[in-house]
Amino acid sequence: MLAYTLRRLTQSVFVLFVMAVLVFLGVYAIGNPIELLVNPQADEIEKMRATVALGLDKPLYEQFMVFLKGAINGDLGRSFVFGVPALGLILSKMVATIELALCAMIIAVSIGIPLGLIAGLKPDGIVARTIMAGSIVGFSLPTFWVGLVLIMFFSVYLGWLPSNGRGETVSLLGVQVSFLTWDGLTHLFMPALNLALFKLSLLIRLTRAQTREALLQDYVKFARAKGLSQSRVIGVHVLKNIMIPIVTVIGLEFGSVIAFAIVTESIFAWPGTGKLLIDSINQLDRPVIVAYLMVIVALFIFINFAVDIIYSYLDPRVRLGQSAGAGH
Amino acid sequence: MQKYAFTKRFSTIVSGVLAPLAISQAILITPVLQAKDLTVGLSASITSMDPHYHNLTPNNGLLRHIFDSLIRQDFAQNLVPGLAKSWRAIDATTWEFKLRRDVRFHDGSPFTAADVAFSLKRAPSVPNSPSSFAPYVKAITEILTPDPYTVILKTASPYPLMPNDVATVLIVPAKLGEKVTTEDFNSGRAAIGTGPYKFAEYTPNQRVVLKTNFGYWSGEEPWEKVTFKILPSAPTRVAALLSGDVDFIEGVPTADLSGLSRNPKVSLSSRISNRVIYLTLDSNRQTGSPFVFDKLGKPLAKNPLTDSRVRRALSIAIDRTAIVSRVMEGSAIAAGQLLPDGGFGTSKNLRAEKQDLNMARKLLTEAGYPDGFALTLHGPAGRYINDDKIAQVVVQMWKRIGVDTKVETMPSAILFTRGSKLEFSAILVGWGSETGEASSPLRALIATFDKDKGMGTSNRGRYSNSEVDRLINAALATVEDSKRAALLAQATEIAMRDTAIVPLHFEVSNWATQRGLKYTGRSDQYTFAMDVRTVK
Repeated sequence: MLAYTLRRLTQSVFVLFVMAVLVFLGVYAIGNPIELLVNPQADEIEKMRATVALGLDKPLYEQFMVFLKGAINGDLGRSFVFGVPALGLILSKMVATIELALCAMIIAVSIGIPLGLIAGLKPDGIVARTIMAGSIVGFSLPTFWVGLVLIMFFSVYLGWLPSNGRGETVSLLGVQVSFLTWDGLTHLFMPALNLALFKLSLLIRLTRAQTREALLQDYVKFARAKGLSQSRVIGVHVLKNIMIPIVTVIGLEFGSVIAFAIVTESIFAWPGTGKLLIDSINQLDRPVIVAYLMVIVALFIFINFAVDIIYSYLDPRVRLGQSAGAGH
Repeated sequence: MQKYAFTKRFSTIVSGVLAPLAISQAILITPVLQAKDLTVGLSASITSMDPHYHNLTPNNGLLRHIFDSLIRQDFAQNLVPGLAKSWRAIDATTWEFKLRRDVRFHDGSPFTAADVAFSLKRAPSVPNSPSSFAPYVKAITEILTPDPYTVILKTASPYPLMPNDVATVLIVPAKLGEKVTTEDFNSGRAAIGTGPYKFAEYTPNQRVVLKTNFGYWSGEEPWEKVTFKILPSAPTRVAALLSGDVDFIEGVPTADLSGLSRNPKVSLSSRISNRVIYLTLDSNRQTGSPFVFDKLGKPLAKNPLTDSRVRRALSIAIDRTAIVSRVMEGSAIAAGQLLPDGGFGTSKNLRAEKQDLNMARKLLTEAGYPDGFALTLHGPAGRYINDDKIAQVVVQMWKRIGVDTKVETMPSAILFTRGSKLEFSAILVGWGSETGEASSPLRALIATFDKDKGMGTSNRGRYSNSEVDRLINAALATVEDSKRAALLAQATEIAMRDTAIVPLHFEVSNWATQRGLKYTGRSDQYTFAMDVRTVK
């Protein structure tokens, strides 16, 4: 277990380094941030001053070394635009994004798995057909369109829910969260549902397929023959066996929900990292873009690691230490 | 104002899909308008509460709620007294400002000349500033404060733009000391001004909250609390207004204008801006212009864009009224010069060119291109209102005179970087004149490029005309307003007759409020809570 963890850690550091190089080069190639940052009315002297002030006068490799040196000490640079440390800026917005992503995943899991199970158990019933038709809708409608329809219906037409922003927050273990206040929940509901919709459909389809496959297995037939109750057959034998692929997908999708909540955050003006990233790309705020991608890479690495741990718990045949080359 | 391509796509979709819903149902909602609070939807981020950190239109607009300047610009950018009661040029190189005596900062301390001297010294020297105010104070060689209510500014050479420049610098109290940092302003500790509102909260990329400054020297504001929400996505802003979450929004997308104008719960207001949208043509390179070809796609021996007849042909091939009415939905005004009619230094003799295809073809023939040539027009995607659509329309019009044009749009960061390296032959861009004077666009876009003198800084076609240069330089050394205006108008006329650039139109800025409120729009595109009033 320890050797495994160490090896994973070394790999992670390498991935982070490669990512840093790629992102740094990529953002460097986009264009000169000075052209956007400096007021167009300014003269060359002012452009030069800003170039020096932001450290852009140095050659690329030197800028990269400065970044690397800072990164080792946990400093990912200062935002060109806001003038504050990039990492701090991202982490201050990360709470809102994680809150949104978690709520979306909770909605997706708590609705998606039961519905998928129902659709898998009686695949030809009218209920199953309705669920599957619904999931196609959830799959194929673009997120931004659904978001706008939600706003037009719940905020503009009915006037029930606020159309944008994050609600009142309270401190929970030193973190400002909004899901504990009524105002916060009303703000959270639509963006979370919007973000959940695609994952929800994905989970329905995945669970259904897995369930149908599991029902044909011998152990289910034996369990039935043994006279176990329907709820025990499904709750223990079927559900536990279909959970491994589902957990993998939930893990991966959770990462992508955090990383790509951009569209939902933009439409609902949710003050998270996605909105920050879009604004930073538009203004070529290189330190924030690089730091954001670093944080996301680290997050994916962590989630995959956590998924591996959960595997070993769900399936005793998986032993992290021994199945060295197997790679999950 | 920054927008991005996919926002604009949303906006078109929103208006198409949802506008009918919105209009028919808006009647059912009763927006809760608390008389004393105002919530505003802004289209761009406020990057700092430090008034000298980042010279950026959204920042400058918002921070004028907290801070004042010596001289203000009214809604049409005329200079009017602010913290200075009066100002005059004592001689060609000395400016005197007389200050108001009844002004106090938010913490109760009195405002004096020492605060002005401190602010003018701090403005150019904020560490890590991505865009400083140095260009506005660099003419000042000496700051004198003979008494607490007089400020004297000395310059090395005659400098007529001193009042315009001073108007951009916001005044902070001297007692903050030289060590005060941008973080101190962001946290609110140092955000102490003399303005109509006091700092209450600043959350980057999310919101700014202000409280009224009771006893404000220029009259108290009716709004006790003003909340600015950052809503860069245009459909989100419109939805927030329709649902009553905000009372007032800026940057109404043109596609939603007609729908909103029929909505009884919403009032619209607009004002022509000083932003001209124009085309820059590569007019100084005799050979090797990168995107000019013959009709078969081979490079041309000679660059046709150096010939002013070709440039004029391209200009009069464009139907500006069609762009204004169709692409901009009426929310623009066709341009014949660098600033809207009536602006300081504009010419009374210039009109927007009318489309004349026969004349354009004739000019091309005279210049030796009877069959036209091929060209690529480069433009930004999402920087100016409908920029990519405008480029498409221009290209279609040019095709009608035999100039086979392709259009290529890209993020503005790339466009400006490559444009400044002269990698294009024709570019669509815009220029907003901050001072409201024709000297701003003449100096930046028309004057011969000269890095050291700060001339032609955005002259990406490298147009050069010694007569125009002479007039601009003469104007920039003439303190007397009427003479300067005449010189600027003359320079503009010569440049426009020579088609130094191809002006297309001036953008019109749009704002929308809940019914019961009205907004007086501004030509500098600032959004001021001070200009929102309830309708009696």
